[in-house]
Amino acid sequence: MTLWLWLLLSCVLAYAWKLVGYLLPASLLRNPRMSRIAGTMTIGLLASLTVLNTVASGQSLTLDARLGALAAAAVALWFRAPFLMVVLAGAGAAAGLRLLGWN
Amino acid sequence: MRLAQSPAVRVGLSISIATGLYGVSFGALSVTSGLDFWQTMALSLLLFSGGSQFAFIGVVAGGGSGVAAMSAATLLGMRNGIYGMQLNALLQPRGWRRFAAAHVTIDESTATSTGQTDPAEQRRGFWTAGIGIFVLWNLFTAVGALAGAALGDPKQWGLDGAAVAAFLGLLWPRLKGREPAAIAVVCAVATVLAVPVVPAGVPILVAAAVAAAVGWFSHGRTDEGLEPDVDPYADQHRGHESRRSPGEAS
Repeated sequence: MTLWLWLLLSCVLAYAWKLVGYLLPASLLRNPRMSRIAGTMTIGLLASLTVLNTVASGQSLTLDARLGALAAAAVALWFRAPFLMVVLAGAGAAAGLRLLGWN
Repeated sequence: MRLAQSPAVRVGLSISIATGLYGVSFGALSVTSGLDFWQTMALSLLLFSGGSQFAFIGVVAGGGSGVAAMSAATLLGMRNGIYGMQLNALLQPRGWRRFAAAHVTIDESTATSTGQTDPAEQRRGFWTAGIGIFVLWNLFTAVGALAGAALGDPKQWGLDGAAVAAFLGLLWPRLKGREPAAIAVVCAVATVLAVPVVPAGVPILVAAAVAAAVGWFSHGRTDEGLEPDVDPYADQHRGHESRRSPGEAS
């Protein structure tokens, strides 16, 4: 039940972020430090989420088939595959490696 | 101008289909991360921001607490506030339209709109992409959530690998030049170092703090990292403004 609470609060805050942009004066947009922090934080969060989903299992670090998924996705992105193809490449690599016996 | 002849409407529709389709992977990943069908739908209907939604279920899947999931999703939604300011200046929606516009303000609708030069086309592009993606994203989230529950062990199908690929796919287009790549590496290392010593869900907040500090003290491009998840004009840009690999200088 508490997950519902945090989930709905996330939805409220997400909408608040969006709406605040429409309500604030546009002059704030010209504050370069604010938009720069928004940019670096987006990169940092996505990098963190990528790594977490690849090597973290709770509080320990493990190297398993997800590493193959990361490599496959990188190759697909390098060759400019569409997003859906990249996701399928990651899933395929992880599933394939497990089929071959690498957890 | 007839709607079918509007270039912004055509771009908006194609980006709607491309983006809407990967709602399937969100739906499937969400139910296998431990959320139920309605929690999954609530995220797509009410939160409606792909990166934040993936962040929320990513933290939950890793065993993180609800508050950590909320923090990650909220921090990742920050850039939508910047988009809101841009679009407010560009489209100047009034009355109830402003509240509707805020809800469909995401990477793709912003990119579709700001890619146009004519004000009427900017408006058409925004609403076509915003509403189109909202409808299809929710439709395909439901499909993915229903199919995901019937799949059995998600690892067998490599769904955890799909999550890894999805996050890398969202990060990749932002790594133009040396500095964004360096920020990504520093935050990745901070995450790995933090995992064994802090509770699950907190490493991502450590990375966010590191990234914010870098943004506060450094002097790079101000729009760094704010590129859309999917570039609707990729075909037109190809050739003269192709995506650079992380190793090459900008």
